[in-house]
Amino acid sequence: MRVVVDLTRCQGYAQCVFLAPEVFQLHGEEGLLYNPAVPDEQLERVRQAAAACPVQAILLGAEVNPDGR
Amino acid sequence: MGGDLKDGRIVIVGASLAGLRAAEKLREEGFTGSLTVVGDEPHPPYDRPPLSKQVLLGQAAPRSTGLPMRLDPQVDWRLGVRATGLDPIGKRVLLADGEPLPYDRLLIATGTRARPWPNPQEAALDGVFTLRTREDATGLAERLAAGPRRVLVIGGGFTGSEIASACRERGLDVTVTERGPAPLIGALGGTLSKLAAAMHRNHGVDLRCGVTVTALRGDAAGRFTGADLSDGSRLEADVCVAALGAVRNVEWLAEAGLAAGPRGIACDAGCRAFNMYGIVTDDVFVAGDVSRFPHPLFGYQLLSLEHWGNAVAQAEVAAHNMVSPGPLRRPHLALPTFWSTQFGLNIKSVGVPTFSDQVVIAQGTLEERRLAMVYGYQGRVTAAVTVNMAKSLEYYQHLIETAAPFPPAPGASDRPLAAEVPIPSDVPDPKGLSHGPTVALTGHLPDRRLTVVPTAG
Amino acid sequence: MPADTLLQRITDYASRPDPYPLYAELRQAGPVVRQTDGSYLVGTYHEITALLHDPRFSADPRSRTTASGEERKPPFLRLDDPEHHRLRTLTMRPFGPPHSPGRVDGMREEIARATGELLDGLGDRTQVDVVDDFAYPLPVMVICRLLGVPREDEPRFRQWSDALVAAADIRPGEDTSTERDQEGERARVAMGQYLVNLAEQRRGHPTGDMLSAFVNEPDPALRLTPEELAENCVLLLIAGHETTVNLITNGVLTLLRHPDQLDRLRRDPGLLPAAVEELLRYEPPVQMRQRIPLADIDIAGTTIPKGSSVVLALASGNRDPKRFHDPDRFDPTRTDNQHLGFGSGIHLCYGAPLARIEAQTALGALIPRLGAATLLQDPPPYRQAAMLRGPRHLPVQF
Repeated sequence: MRVVVDLTRCQGYAQCVFLAPEVFQLHGEEGLLYNPAVPDEQLERVRQAAAACPVQAILLGAEVNPDGR
Repeated sequence: MGGDLKDGRIVIVGASLAGLRAAEKLREEGFTGSLTVVGDEPHPPYDRPPLSKQVLLGQAAPRSTGLPMRLDPQVDWRLGVRATGLDPIGKRVLLADGEPLPYDRLLIATGTRARPWPNPQEAALDGVFTLRTREDATGLAERLAAGPRRVLVIGGGFTGSEIASACRERGLDVTVTERGPAPLIGALGGTLSKLAAAMHRNHGVDLRCGVTVTALRGDAAGRFTGADLSDGSRLEADVCVAALGAVRNVEWLAEAGLAAGPRGIACDAGCRAFNMYGIVTDDVFVAGDVSRFPHPLFGYQLLSLEHWGNAVAQAEVAAHNMVSPGPLRRPHLALPTFWSTQFGLNIKSVGVPTFSDQVVIAQGTLEERRLAMVYGYQGRVTAAVTVNMAKSLEYYQHLIETAAPFPPAPGASDRPLAAEVPIPSDVPDPKGLSHGPTVALTGHLPDRRLTVVPTAG
Repeated sequence: MPADTLLQRITDYASRPDPYPLYAELRQAGPVVRQTDGSYLVGTYHEITALLHDPRFSADPRSRTTASGEERKPPFLRLDDPEHHRLRTLTMRPFGPPHSPGRVDGMREEIARATGELLDGLGDRTQVDVVDDFAYPLPVMVICRLLGVPREDEPRFRQWSDALVAAADIRPGEDTSTERDQEGERARVAMGQYLVNLAEQRRGHPTGDMLSAFVNEPDPALRLTPEELAENCVLLLIAGHETTVNLITNGVLTLLRHPDQLDRLRRDPGLLPAAVEELLRYEPPVQMRQRIPLADIDIAGTTIPKGSSVVLALASGNRDPKRFHDPDRFDPTRTDNQHLGFGSGIHLCYGAPLARIEAQTALGALIPRLGAATLLQDPPPYRQAAMLRGPRHLPVQF
């Protein structure tokens, strides 16, 4: 699964970092960096992070599979 | 009518962020016809912002940034296929390989590419990069991981600054050359560019402003070895990144009769493309970095943006309008917004900072590296930039949307003394820079409107 | 009834079980409604979020024109930037990112274990008070562990906590020197002293908790003064104590009132994180916040004068039909749920991630048992406070 954060919306509340610190990290006080390829064992945490985001900026989903139509 | 619009053949040219989000939105809006997305890169849609951040830091693999889907848009993906032309009368997209693609409605979302180093022989040297694609990032990340003695970054815009930041974080020596007086000046104006320059230098970047690279040097094996600078000095480096801004992918439309040029494809507020006579088309739509669109808050001048958020927002408006009859169509009115993470600072912007004559620091201070800077033009608020103060941006966005008076009303608890003193915004002519703003007004007199209005009182 | 008595009617104890019709009346009369006592009430989502992000709105009670001249510096929850930012950042260092990003995540197992122990402790009992037997002891255990407060002292600070919450509640028209306030003040001083003493014992002997981290900070620039330590640790202890209990209790109450949704969650536990967000929207433990404008501020056609008292009804914003589709429906599958349960802007709840994990763990463990459970009293008896609203007891038959 892949995750992308709409950093246009992100206001640096860092709720995702609390809930899934292996995937999301603060860079400085409020810049957010993350690992876009979510390892399976982190999926549950990333789902929690996506639900908790105060600005609903986190999207978790499958990557496009161009042959899988 | 509505029933017809939800069916038929839609072709999207461009398989990046805007193309994907438009495809999803078309399905969400109930489009049941055939949907084909053409992309010249061989990869499914992927995210680019991490390429200059997590990927260069070695924290994420270049292949890891594939974009998640909100829903599977049931698309016939034509990836690794370049669109070479458009026949607007026959309603067909011409492809580099194979049969032309017929369409009933077309969305152009071909975006931009990195502006290459102007000398092709020098640009071809081993170790010279641009940074836009997954392949670019793969190559550059490999070179950075190998521990080069020095990296040369040409251009002090957002991409160049982020690359320099990543290099320093990896402990690599890096030189940034910028033709203008400071990094980021083209996007943020004079005051914040001074902060940017200080951040570069405090983090150990060899920052050289007012200087251009006149030649790139290579050895007999074709490996990049260094550069000549306009001040007569010579620099030795193993890796060079040309971060010279973007070129819009419009060449394939040269014969299409659309209002397409170096600044993009002009469209109306509903994302419908104009043809070269200035007549709006009804079956060709535009979204993302390749578009130029009018914005009421900025004098209806045409805006060209290279922003992630705009690609998403405009793609959604375009998709909605492609399947909606006239009265139900929506305008694309979202305010330009972007962010950059560099040297431990989170910089966010809303509005058009270059559409300004004055600025004030409305909250915080430069010394603390935590502030909100507000931009005004002829007495109203037109933009705001926060540094490590993203939670404030929403307030200023509201001021811009309501054309609130500049300077902004007092009252903020962390309002500094400097808020009393608007100063010139000092946005230079982009012609004199190695980097451009990632948002530009491209209407009449696009880049020159710098009459400074003295403060009343 | 006239809208200018709404705050009085909302805070009236009789409204505690169901204040939501009054919030609907408020939104109808709003967005900004002046009250007879000169305060202002805001209940619409967009206006509340705008005010929570407006840097001209103060959370500091000393900004009030009628301030009693009290000079004590409040904890960061009731401070404005830049001082708020400094103190919140310092207190965040041992709790969350960027300095301690794994701290809360690292407590998951312990929270799960404590939850299991509490459930085991219920044994075969068929009648349970969800508050006393479950929802109260869990967060108390967690916050004590985190701060480094011995659990056996819990009865002492439960008393202090009750007095403090009562004093901090919103009471329109009442002046600020009642018996209740004096009692709150005494509790605050006693609790602060208690926490400073505890922290002092950890100086040089850190035990891995937040009090230890505060007193053993090597960088003088990052140290809290004893006064700051007292004020802010009292805040953390109370907040960690008084809100999550309501979140868990409201969760059980709401699920028992919506058996179809309870059933759905039992079949699909993956919905739990979204269900907790929906609870935070539908029955938020913090119903209101108070703010004070630092200048005359125009909002939605009303000018709110500098120094006046403004009550933001977060729970009303959460039910605003202009923001949420079918807002009075409890729907754990709701998307786009940008609720105000934890507030918004710079004062967004400090302990939100901990509250979420506790609520998810507690409800997740309890849901399998709730299928055959019934409420013995509906509505249940509520606690006095209007701002931090929740049942005092929730008797349930298993």
